[in-house]
Amino acid sequence: MIQSKSYQRYQRLLHILLTVITLIMVLPILLLFMASVTDEKVLIAQGYSYFPSKFGLEGYSYIMSNASTIFRSYGLTLLVTAVGTVVSLVITMLMAFPLSIRRLPGRTFFSFFVLFTMLFSGGLVPSYIMWTGWFNIRNSVFAYLMPNLLASAMNIILMRTYYTASIPEALYEAAQIDGAGYLTIFTKLVVPLGKPIVVTISLFTGLNYWNDWTNGLYYVNDARKYTIQVLLNKMIENINALQSGASSVGSAGNIPSISVRMAIAFIALIPILILYPFLQKYFEKGIMLGAVKG
Amino acid sequence: MQKKTNRKTNMQMIRKCMPLYIMMLPCIVYLIINNYIPMAGIVVAFKKYNVKTGLFGGQWIGLSNFEYLFKQDAFLIIRNTFLYNIAFIIINLILGVAVAIMISDITGKFSRKIYQSAILFPFVVSWVIVSYIVYAFLSVENGMINNSILDFFGSPPVEWYSETKYWPFILVLVNAWKSLGYGCLLYIAAIAGIDKEMYESAQLDGASKWKQIWYITIPNMIPTMITVVLLQIGRIFYSDFGLFYQVPQNSGALYPVTNTIDTYVYRAMMSAGGIGRSAAACVFQSFMGFIFIMLANFIVRKVDRDSALF
Repeated sequence: MIQSKSYQRYQRLLHILLTVITLIMVLPILLLFMASVTDEKVLIAQGYSYFPSKFGLEGYSYIMSNASTIFRSYGLTLLVTAVGTVVSLVITMLMAFPLSIRRLPGRTFFSFFVLFTMLFSGGLVPSYIMWTGWFNIRNSVFAYLMPNLLASAMNIILMRTYYTASIPEALYEAAQIDGAGYLTIFTKLVVPLGKPIVVTISLFTGLNYWNDWTNGLYYVNDARKYTIQVLLNKMIENINALQSGASSVGSAGNIPSISVRMAIAFIALIPILILYPFLQKYFEKGIMLGAVKG
Repeated sequence: MQKKTNRKTNMQMIRKCMPLYIMMLPCIVYLIINNYIPMAGIVVAFKKYNVKTGLFGGQWIGLSNFEYLFKQDAFLIIRNTFLYNIAFIIINLILGVAVAIMISDITGKFSRKIYQSAILFPFVVSWVIVSYIVYAFLSVENGMINNSILDFFGSPPVEWYSETKYWPFILVLVNAWKSLGYGCLLYIAAIAGIDKEMYESAQLDGASKWKQIWYITIPNMIPTMITVVLLQIGRIFYSDFGLFYQVPQNSGALYPVTNTIDTYVYRAMMSAGGIGRSAAACVFQSFMGFIFIMLANFIVRKVDRDSALF
């Protein structure tokens, strides 16, 4: 069988290539982890390495001894992610359900109202002026929750498409004949039937909230109110300011050592590592539902 | 008469749908605040902004913000945004298609799962953490490249964060690393939709694996490729703020090759007296972005109706 021999060779070639690609994808993240468990002196003398000559857990013990600072920002990140995801999910569902009902007067208008936010945007400057000037969200938890992340046209459209495709209009009519109002239909019918899309969108939204550092960069400068991503960003800023000698504010004592920084970065990654199997599964589902446009 | 009853049933319908309108209210209010007010707020680019007069106050000053912008920085930031996007589109297309074909052809279910998981992973890592990872490689004093690799070959260390010539490559590489998995998912879905019988009859005719890829797989992926590329072209005036701000660690020496419209808007807005040119750049981006998205969508509709935005 010549065919099967060349077939085996092809499979072997694929495995070799994909193993190389897999390593390229994973090894950089492993370096972050290795740096976080390397002895501080070794890090300074020999730099980051996959094979450090001495391990050490100073990074993690620093986190434990400064638990109040780091766990506060960890807790804040969890809070923002949880609240943001739940609120976002509720208002997205409440928008998507009416849009999925064909006889709703004004449906085209409201659909376009949502879609247009994908086509045109005012950009950062007007948003910044509005959020800081009108709503005064600086240094409050709303700075993390409100700008941009709470509802996206993409998610609304994705959810509406799911509802129209998977819940037949006849089911609504049957429910209405039984005397159920729209609110009952929503809570008793749409919410349970739409579970897969709810999981997909909450994972997307939760990931965005957890990973977001831009809202913190724009609107937060109070060190007690940093989320973990903002804390990581500020540590880089302080180091760069110190190195260029431009800053007289930050003293060397404020800046955690290299292994500490890497340890904080790694613990910021832990929730994602834990949730990753779900994230991957539902990303694939989301793609099938038509997330091409994202 | 006819019209009147129509209006009456319409009113009844609207009354009946009242709960639905109330449901939509929170989201509508949010979109008005978060999206529509800033859209109207672009007038700020044509005004002399000051904190007291706010978003819609201030004195009209015509196009002087734009004049300032185009005399100074516009060329550089537009060029960077444009050229990087073109490089990303080409490289992500080639890599995405190639890796998707490879993964789809793997027969072992388990190993395919492993490869797919590894390739998507960087996509879910935040830009801040990505910049930490890049720093672990490139840090001048402690970075792995300077300390282990260049040292091993006896080369002198490189000042990575102040040498512009390396950054176009670094940014393209980091972007490909982070976004390859997502693009791959789209192409894998496209390959999964190809009729298996085509391959079977090709095998009966004795077509080699390469011929099958070239004459069956790739032609069948073309609609998806066109859609993905066009939608990316629609966003050619936008750049990923995280990639261009965070990964080069906002290093001033690198601005000539890392400053894009988005990083420029942010930095100018934060600098003293820079809000005028920042707003001008912002509005320029909004309008060009709008034109390109409409154009791209128009073409996507011709190619593949289902993939269009609307």
